Amino acid sequence: MIGDITTERLIDFVYGESALLDEARWDDWLNLFAADGIYWMPLTPGQQDARLQTSLLHEDKLLLKIRIERLNGQRTFSQQPASRCHHLLQTPRVQAIDHGAGRYRLRTAFHYVETRRDEQTLYAGWFTHELAREGAHLFIKLKRVDLVNSDAAFGNLQLFM
Amino acid sequence: MPCYQGNPDAIRALVREREVHKDLFTSAELFDVEMRELFETCWVYVGHASQVPKPGDFYTTTVGDQPVVMVRHAPDDIRVLHNRCPHKGVKIAGEACGHTGKFFRCPYHAWTFKTDGSLLGIPLRKGYENTGFDETEARQGMASVGAVRVYRDFVFCRLRAEGIGFEAFFGESLSTLDNMVDRSPEGRLEVAGGVLRYLHRCNWKMLVDNQTDTCHPMVAHESSAGTAVRVWEAAPPGTPKPMAVEQFSPFVSPYEFFERMGIRVWDNGHGHTGVADSIHAAYSPVPGYGEAMVAAYGEARAKAILGDVRHNTVYFPNIMVKGPIQTLRVFKPLAADRTLVESWTFRLVGAPDTLLERTLMYNRLINAPTSVVGHDDLEVYERSQEALASRGREWVNVARLYEGEESGTAVVNGTSERQMRNQYHAWAHFMTVGMNQEVAA
Repeated sequence: MIGDITTERLIDFVYGESALLDEARWDDWLNLFAADGIYWMPLTPGQQDARLQTSLLHEDKLLLKIRIERLNGQRTFSQQPASRCHHLLQTPRVQAIDHGAGRYRLRTAFHYVETRRDEQTLYAGWFTHELAREGAHLFIKLKRVDLVNSDAAFGNLQLFM
Repeated sequence: MPCYQGNPDAIRALVREREVHKDLFTSAELFDVEMRELFETCWVYVGHASQVPKPGDFYTTTVGDQPVVMVRHAPDDIRVLHNRCPHKGVKIAGEACGHTGKFFRCPYHAWTFKTDGSLLGIPLRKGYENTGFDETEARQGMASVGAVRVYRDFVFCRLRAEGIGFEAFFGESLSTLDNMVDRSPEGRLEVAGGVLRYLHRCNWKMLVDNQTDTCHPMVAHESSAGTAVRVWEAAPPGTPKPMAVEQFSPFVSPYEFFERMGIRVWDNGHGHTGVADSIHAAYSPVPGYGEAMVAAYGEARAKAILGDVRHNTVYFPNIMVKGPIQTLRVFKPLAADRTLVESWTFRLVGAPDTLLERTLMYNRLINAPTSVVGHDDLEVYERSQEALASRGREWVNVARLYEGEESGTAVVNGTSERQMRNQYHAWAHFMTVGMNQEVAA
């Protein structure tokens, strides 16, 4: 059974995750997270501490669910009209495989475009995916998004990288 | 065609008792006058002493449109200098913060300056002999700002050498800074956690106006805070309420809550929401903190400090302080339609880490460019900036609960727009007070 987690399957998981975001399938995307999964965007390059150092985002499934429910709300004025996004990923590199523990880590360089009305903004950085195998499925324990300019001043950044 | 420069009557006419003219938000000429008059004559926040703990430590920022460097010149002496080489104009301190040692060195021609700005050395100095160099402006080194005052480690400056004194400018409003500092069992704050920087394509005064606007949270933030409450209600019974939900949910309190909490106004455009109650009043106690406060201050005083739960305090012209949550936001004007919002956070020295964790969570959830609360605020600011171009209406309304003859300190209904009126009257005053002097001279 261990052998069914192949490098190819891990890489496909990362591509598939971004595809769900590009297709605005928010609920399906959230279902990729483990019950204790975290989405983290550090504020400073190389940041290790999410508790006593500020982050752009550090959200558990409850907060992510609030975000997603809000995107669908009738009175979410900053999404009238809605934003759209586009992910362009370099081939993910598998950094760690532990079949025994069912834990895997990948790192992926990306370009991300978020657009609304007539404007589009390009962001660049790296994803780190900490994945865990539960039964036959893979889940996200941690998705870390390191922007190359994470400490720059941004305007509204409304969707998920 | 310029019409406001050197024309105090035209500027004063923009602020009526119950409405202000749209030019305050859209006119590039008025923005320029703001930089040359308002931000020169007011006391403006520069930074916090904990950012420059040792002599030679510096922090670079702007006051209005002026690049400055705040530097610790001696253990008890913080200076604020114009960050501009007197030689060719190069910005001398280039990093956001750092340590320069005993002197600054310009990266262009290696002119050096002591940390009080005075000129220390020039390579090949004999080239200036018998040139009359001593009579040039450059001989005086880096210019100091007009006046600096460090109040309980908060560093403020007035760009102009002459003008209103620090105490006269802030008066009783300093009690909010006092309360924030007193919340540390050791009576000391440190900048901590990192600063969130958020670009707004709107006029800086829209943000200042918003800080005491208590009729918008239940409308603009229904989508975020309201959703948080709804999602939380679906959690299984008995689940402990997360800190984040505790921070979101008061935003959608009913109008009556905000009416009751009250607004206090002071002279010179300062004021705060949350006199009797506030959205920060009902956070869960942090184990060990109350005990540390009682040990430091005694039961009665600790209770008084922690019982003062002021919501947003506006220090005119461009910062807002939240004492109970230890944040300070700076609304930095970049252009008539561009503002950089910096949200700073503080550690209460001697308090448990959980308080800093709470502060940082609040800052992230509410003030980040990724914040679901910030998104809707910025949306309405940017829609205002766009639609104020309309010639269908000329004025912006601030009439709510206007009582006539408003002046001085007062405590009023928490949904009053009196603090906004207070700010705009202070705006008209500090835009023109220096012009009057020039005319009189």
